[in-house]
Amino acid sequence: MANKKKSEDNLKGTFYAVMGVGIFVILVWVYCFNLFIDRF
Amino acid sequence: MHIHKYEKYFLVFGVGTLVAFLIILGIGAFHQGSHPNSGKKTLDYEKVKEIAPFDNPGVHKVEGKDWDYEVVILASAFYYNPPEIEVPLGAKVKFIATSEDVIHGFEIAGTNINMMLEPGYVSEYVAEINQAGEFLIVCNEYCGTGHTLMHSMLKVVDPNES
Amino acid sequence: MSLNKLTTVDRRDAKLALAHIYVAFIALLLGGLAGLLQVFVRTGQFTLPAGIGYYQVLTVHGVLLGLILTTFFIFGFQIASVSRTSGTFSDLQRRLGWIGFWLMTIGTTAAAVMVLLNKATVLYTFYAPLQAHWIFYLGLTLVVVGSWVGGAGQVLRYVQWRKENKGSKEPSPLLSFMVVINNLMWLVATLGVAVSVLFQLLPWSLGLIERVDVLLSRTLFWYFGHALVYFWLLPAYMVWYVIIPKVIGGKIFSDSLARLSFILFLLFSVPVGLHHQLTEPGIDGTWKFIQVILTMAVVVPSLMTAFSMFAMFELRGRELGGKGIFGWIRKLPWNDSRFFVPFIGMLAFIPGGAGGIVNASYQMNQLVHNTIWVPGHFHLTFASAVVLTYFGAAFWLIPHLTGRKLTKSINNLANISGILWAIGMTIMSAAMHIAGLLGAPRRSDYSEYGGAQQAYDWIPYQIAQAVGGTILFIAILVIMYVVVKLIWFAPKGEEEFPVGDVHESSGPTPPLLENFKLWLVILVALILFAYTVPLIDIISNAPPGVKGYKLW
Repeated sequence: MANKKKSEDNLKGTFYAVMGVGIFVILVWVYCFNLFIDRF
Repeated sequence: MHIHKYEKYFLVFGVGTLVAFLIILGIGAFHQGSHPNSGKKTLDYEKVKEIAPFDNPGVHKVEGKDWDYEVVILASAFYYNPPEIEVPLGAKVKFIATSEDVIHGFEIAGTNINMMLEPGYVSEYVAEINQAGEFLIVCNEYCGTGHTLMHSMLKVVDPNES
Repeated sequence: MSLNKLTTVDRRDAKLALAHIYVAFIALLLGGLAGLLQVFVRTGQFTLPAGIGYYQVLTVHGVLLGLILTTFFIFGFQIASVSRTSGTFSDLQRRLGWIGFWLMTIGTTAAAVMVLLNKATVLYTFYAPLQAHWIFYLGLTLVVVGSWVGGAGQVLRYVQWRKENKGSKEPSPLLSFMVVINNLMWLVATLGVAVSVLFQLLPWSLGLIERVDVLLSRTLFWYFGHALVYFWLLPAYMVWYVIIPKVIGGKIFSDSLARLSFILFLLFSVPVGLHHQLTEPGIDGTWKFIQVILTMAVVVPSLMTAFSMFAMFELRGRELGGKGIFGWIRKLPWNDSRFFVPFIGMLAFIPGGAGGIVNASYQMNQLVHNTIWVPGHFHLTFASAVVLTYFGAAFWLIPHLTGRKLTKSINNLANISGILWAIGMTIMSAAMHIAGLLGAPRRSDYSEYGGAQQAYDWIPYQIAQAVGGTILFIAILVIMYVVVKLIWFAPKGEEEFPVGDVHESSGPTPPLLENFKLWLVILVALILFAYTVPLIDIISNAPPGVKGYKLW
């Protein structure tokens, strides 16, 4: 397909950025989950 | 439709994370019984003061149940009955509450006890009180001008200390 | 096709769009002022004059900013977008737009008068059994009905485009497609609140019926209520997906993915309302959990959007010579308020979204339910991500419609408003999130709660909220100045209505994505699945209904 080659677009920065977002989401969630488990 | 390979990786990671959250929550809820209030009992809110257990609000020690105490709370604009709750540290307590007029909240600040009280519905939550101290109880659903006058106190006393 | 020929919005359509935008910015100023009064009251150092109540001000704040600013701005933007990308409205379509506008404006005025007379201090969620004056409910009904009529005008223009381009290989104009998705979602969602208001609250407030089923009215409200927030969000996503690429000189990352994410929003924004009722009695826990799962599904299109945005930025930054992993960031047009202000909004959506996942996490909701964490959350998602994007759009849309130019000096002021907003909101929202985790309730007047230590600990955060809120109000004043300039005083000229082109590597758009019938059937099926059993439960187990109360 014509766009096969274009799929090699360099999106390294994007990948790191969105993974950073994902890790931030996990950290927030785990912090709140811990708080939830700690409390009665 | 073309999807970049990094986007595929990211979506797998993202969806995987959400599924992991759901599994953790699901095990907590359906295996260990950690549900938020979903009380099923209903009653006539205009006669609530004649209906057990709300004819006798307060802290009651009970025997032969999965919990040691029942705390019965009747909320009305802008007041909680009883105005103060005292339970011993380590007790397993069932909170049973309803409203006799509008919607109120029942939140024990600094704990996970947080439920809506609605006229005609009984809200219930069981908690093991594992921390001593004074915990402020607030109405966290707007109920009128006196909304913030509506508060109470949970006192958790350590029997070994006094 | 003829897409690129339509570069300006027809004067008559522009007038209609502008009428909506005027109302929106009046609402911003008044609603913002109400917000300022609230944060002052909550410091404990300030009392409202002339017997005005805190909750009256709170009702004004919520109704004006949550319902009026949004609906009116969205319609102004959507009318201009459809006119720009599908073509000038027919007389009938435009007339529907005007009828909708006047219905909404009359409704808003009626509701606002009742709030100001203190006859409707029920907050913008108007939970029964607090009972407002019937004119308040009637006013809100007019706003909703007006939005249906106005929305029909927009949808009809899109239908006309589809008819005129039958057999065309090209997909329909992306921006118009998105507008139609948003209108459809809005229609399906507002049915819930319409049923509640027309069959419960309105006759009840008129004294035609004595009692109301409280849980049913709340469930119908929240069936609508979560889609409401996506109705606010989708126009911001339209700007992010379609407008911003053109502004930065780049391309839309993928037409298909943009459409797909909008369809996912259409499908998953309605059958999730129970996640606002997680701590409520009378609803089965299993069904709450099922809707929690559906709620997590609605996170997926936002993940896709995050990727598309970064990718669009990176492709453009690299085109401009950005090197290394993050070198492209520096190449973006940071001085351009049309990009910079919405970009701040995008950043705000990251902590906003993270907090939203916590809110929706079933039993963890008890940690934050009805605490001030919740307003902290939606002041990031809605009052930052969404409204900053609206402002960023207004900075080119208003001059485009009025035939003026966004000059360099106005642009700089616009950027300053964005920076002020970012600072103010960071302070206010962070303080709200922390105080919320400490248990501070939302929607609450200043109170010392009988001198409790915990309540005492919340006060420093309330003062921080006042500091942040004050900075935000200054930002609003700057924005109002910019808007007034752009409407009446900026130099005459032509300001571009930027609409992005699709990136070459995006690939063709599958026709399936434009099959509205299919998606509507799936949507209805999902709603029936998520709501049938809970609603039957609620109705068949209902206790005696409740009479109205006026406790303010």
